[in-house]
Amino acid sequence: HLTVTEPVAILKAYEVWGALRGLETFSQLVHEDDYGSFLVNESEINDFPRFAHRGVLLDTSRHYLPLKTILTNLDAMAFNKFNVLHWHIVDDQSFPYQSIYFPELSEKGAYSSNLIYTPTDIRLVIEYARLRGIRVIPEFDTPGHTQSWGKGQKDLLTPCYNGKQPTGTFGPVNPVWNTTYDFMTKFFKEISSVFPDTYIHLGGDEVDFSCWKSNPEVKEFMKKQGFGTDYAKLESYYVQNILDIVSSYNKGQMVWQEVFDHKAQLKPDTVVQVWMANNYAHELSSVTGAGLTALLSAPWYLDYISYGQDWKKYYSVEPLNFPGSEKQKKLLIGGEACLWGEFVDATNLTPRLWPRASAVGERLWSSSNVTNLQDAYKRLINHRCLML
Amino acid sequence: SENEPSWETPCSELLVYVSTPGCDGFPSLDSKESYKLSVSKGSMLLSAETVWGALRGLETFSQLIGRDENGTYYINETEIVDFPRFPHRGLLLDTSRHYLPLRAILETLDVMAYNKFNVFHWHIVDDPSFPYESSTFPELSKKGAFNAMTHVYTASDVRAVIEYARLRGIRVIPEFDTPGHTLSWGPGAPGLLTPCYLGKAPSGVYGPINPIVNSTYQFVASLFQEVSSVFPDYFLHLGGDEVDFTCWQSNPQVLAFMTEMGFGEDYKKLESFYIQRLLDIVSSLGKGYIVWQEVFDNDVKLKPDTIIHVWKENVTPYLIEMANVTRAGYPALLSAPWYLNRISYGQDWIAAYKVEPLSFQGVPEQKALVMGGEACMWGEYVDVTNLTPRLW
Repeated sequence: HLTVTEPVAILKAYEVWGALRGLETFSQLVHEDDYGSFLVNESEINDFPRFAHRGVLLDTSRHYLPLKTILTNLDAMAFNKFNVLHWHIVDDQSFPYQSIYFPELSEKGAYSSNLIYTPTDIRLVIEYARLRGIRVIPEFDTPGHTQSWGKGQKDLLTPCYNGKQPTGTFGPVNPVWNTTYDFMTKFFKEISSVFPDTYIHLGGDEVDFSCWKSNPEVKEFMKKQGFGTDYAKLESYYVQNILDIVSSYNKGQMVWQEVFDHKAQLKPDTVVQVWMANNYAHELSSVTGAGLTALLSAPWYLDYISYGQDWKKYYSVEPLNFPGSEKQKKLLIGGEACLWGEFVDATNLTPRLWPRASAVGERLWSSSNVTNLQDAYKRLINHRCLML
Repeated sequence: SENEPSWETPCSELLVYVSTPGCDGFPSLDSKESYKLSVSKGSMLLSAETVWGALRGLETFSQLIGRDENGTYYINETEIVDFPRFPHRGLLLDTSRHYLPLRAILETLDVMAYNKFNVFHWHIVDDPSFPYESSTFPELSKKGAFNAMTHVYTASDVRAVIEYARLRGIRVIPEFDTPGHTLSWGPGAPGLLTPCYLGKAPSGVYGPINPIVNSTYQFVASLFQEVSSVFPDYFLHLGGDEVDFTCWQSNPQVLAFMTEMGFGEDYKKLESFYIQRLLDIVSSLGKGYIVWQEVFDNDVKLKPDTIIHVWKENVTPYLIEMANVTRAGYPALLSAPWYLNRISYGQDWIAAYKVEPLSFQGVPEQKALVMGGEACMWGEYVDVTNLTPRLW
């Protein structure tokens, strides 16, 4: 609650996080006249976010992002009242996260020895974010998207076979070995203590079954478990184990939609992130219909650049436009603008992400009836200049 | 270690031999940019006919140098004979849709030099703003710039750009696009633009430059006299694209003029009338000119060495336009497939790279008329915050 009158302006909030949002608004109300005097108009504001989870995903595996870039973007996020940094920190291409228990992961898996995030770097990001009211949710995506893990951790990934011979290439994390779960137990113990947020994102997207299908041990395991030829069941078996491990550390879990689609058993407070663009409204209905919490990213893949004012299409998304009861709609807790890193690094990240992400920020904070594009345009161009 | 190369005696100098002096001159369309580079044990020699060729060779030389893990700079033995396929290799920057500070332009010139571009096509003014500070008509930028104090190019700024470019072997070709794309000219030059009419009364809105009044041609002559002396290159780009006829069609004086001249309903004839007079003015100033393709498409009478700039991609495939332009005997420049402002997801450099400018139906004499092309970075969505990573 912000009141601007003479002689004082008063900002009231239940918690410091609300005060931060109010300070941001206050800073945007201050303008300069032609003589250089700073002015604020008399105002009375009662503000609160529509959605509780308003995130930005950064990908530091496809391209390493120096700390400066991450911190600059945390600033920009704060200007737009985003409150979650979804840190997609490792993936196939590189493993920049310097693990305390498993230092070889980054030693062998990072692009190079100076393109890593040390424990100090991680703490810095978390604290910088915290001071801006931004949660840091790390994503350690498995069992797919893990090529770089195999460099520093032998016998983690599934060896692919051509007939009876290993080909020398590797597939997703091996779900049949006990050592896999020993490793994950220890690894996620570290992650759970390094990252203070209640939630950890466990990935689970785009698992390619072909390597599993080629591996004789895996095939044997499938038979023993009675999974038939349904490798989605094997994926769910793996995912469920990981979810249990992470649960035991009292962490909540976020997963990509495939984990739900492939029918893994999920705890009721698991957050399912809907990312596939095709018919995402239907997916939101399914996820919330099953009583699970949902997060929307599908229409907000900002790495998909195109010519012209594409902010309009991001702004025009109405997240609750899906068939469902009032109860279901409450299960959509927010969304995330995703900037995947295939074509993004420190040289072009900031102008690519902003101010396009601002459209998503307003959609997630503001009331559902704030939809006028001409009005938004006027405010967005001013906002951009302020951000610069 | 056994694999370490045994370094020869270090090479301490690159000898540069240029047969024709020219350090004080300006590059031109005819400049010879070929060079030879020889690197062998104990000697490195760069030879070129002109200083411009030497610049290209120096750029290549700088790219050949590697550095090993010990920090030693090295270069492989090499024999290079190099020359450009096309003499006009340009880049267009648009400083009207968004002002670009001097440093952005200079930085772009540096990167152009790294990529052996040799023409900076400066689309300096347009509808949204007029940042060019004219000494003859100071009101143009005073009234037409986004901000007459902070968003203008002074005479000294322009001189700085021209010299910075020259030192990199880059020609600066300014474009003062008329008769369309001139809204920003109006506030500083009352009476220049055509007043549009709503019925019998002026609507308050303006259209392209007014082609029917003598004052227009006096103005144009004075402005281009100044531009011709400020910009040393032989060529000026005169624009001539996207002329919207609706305003002309609404204006009673224009309608009367059309009748008087026997143009009927064909406003292309009126556009040609203007352009022809403009071309005569510029010719008499001793300059050559480049025009956008509409000027050719609309049958304007042109001098034989007018360069036609092909930019349209929608209606007629650009290769057909290239064939038509060169068959009519005009030199051509290609930009249509190289509108780099039209961003898209992924490795779009591949589509730009795959373009083969000469893959149109034509005889060798036609193909020889293709002078080269230009990558265009129109400024609707571009300013200093995103120019460099978008362009390179």
